[in-house]
Amino acid sequence: MARGLIGKKIGMTQVFDAYGNLVPVTILEAGPNYVIQVKEAGGKDGYNAVKLGFGSKKISHVNRPELGVFKHAGVEPSEVVLEFRLEPDEMGDYVQGKSVGVAQFAGITKIDVTGTSKGKGFQGVIKRHNFKGAKESSHGTHEYKRHGGSIGSSAWPSRVIKGKRMAGQMGDARVTVRDLEVVGIFAEQNLLLVRGSVPGAKNGILRIRPSAKQR
Amino acid sequence: MNTHVALENLERLQLRQDVPQFKAGDTLRVHLRIREGEKERIQVFEGVCIGRHNDGLRSSFTVRKVSYNIGVERVFPLHSPRIERIEVKDRGRVRRAKLYYLRDLRGKKARIRSLRDIRA
Repeated sequence: MARGLIGKKIGMTQVFDAYGNLVPVTILEAGPNYVIQVKEAGGKDGYNAVKLGFGSKKISHVNRPELGVFKHAGVEPSEVVLEFRLEPDEMGDYVQGKSVGVAQFAGITKIDVTGTSKGKGFQGVIKRHNFKGAKESSHGTHEYKRHGGSIGSSAWPSRVIKGKRMAGQMGDARVTVRDLEVVGIFAEQNLLLVRGSVPGAKNGILRIRPSAKQR
Repeated sequence: MNTHVALENLERLQLRQDVPQFKAGDTLRVHLRIREGEKERIQVFEGVCIGRHNDGLRSSFTVRKVSYNIGVERVFPLHSPRIERIEVKDRGRVRRAKLYYLRDLRGKKARIRSLRDIRA
């Protein structure tokens, strides 16, 4: 059941579970998603997939070719359009122009969520890679406290090994969190409650799929 | 910070309506549901409320008692379904919101005057 939805992070809070335990949860708004196109292995696309749209966009912000796509599908212009690969037996669940929501996640206990993490800017090795920094800060040590130390050997190999952890841009990258536990599904409001946190800021766009282990 | 309607609703639905009025200095009897395997029983934790933290669903309160000469404090989520009920045994007269100073006092000094005695 390789289904998927496009959603939005609403925020975090806490809920009491059936045993009275306080559970940290993230609320996701996942839908309605509109089916813009269904691609079939037997057709000219050569593979099974569905193109979903989420959110709304002003007509004046949509260019002509895009508008044609939405018109052809018979849906209002969407803010985000993403494609999800499907298994052959799931093709029947999607009809062009129709909407889908969190109801299709009924019975699913774990999900994978992909989003864009919060950007932290250009960060040093201590914040970015959890380096320890210099252990000595006196006895003549100067301007070395938060440095990463040596980045390699000398004449051999005469270069820095690829993937060497150094300072640089942190965050604002695509991050997937796997196996998040689904705490609640509210089909009529298209809301999902998920245990724990989800990448990105509030209102961030998320790609939500049933956990890879359940697919 | 804008709070989304859905988030507010979710939190409001979980708020308990049966919480009595109490504040720091009051002596409380907190009736707790304790699960032991299949059985459920009620345990009472009795002590002085030494502080409240008011924050909607995340509200909590701290109860302090001295048990066998050892000070014991428990923090309860105010809206927890594990709390059967909260009984206010006595109202105390105190001059601050957080009674952390009680931790350094013992015996007669750690007493709190009851509001009843003052009125009488």
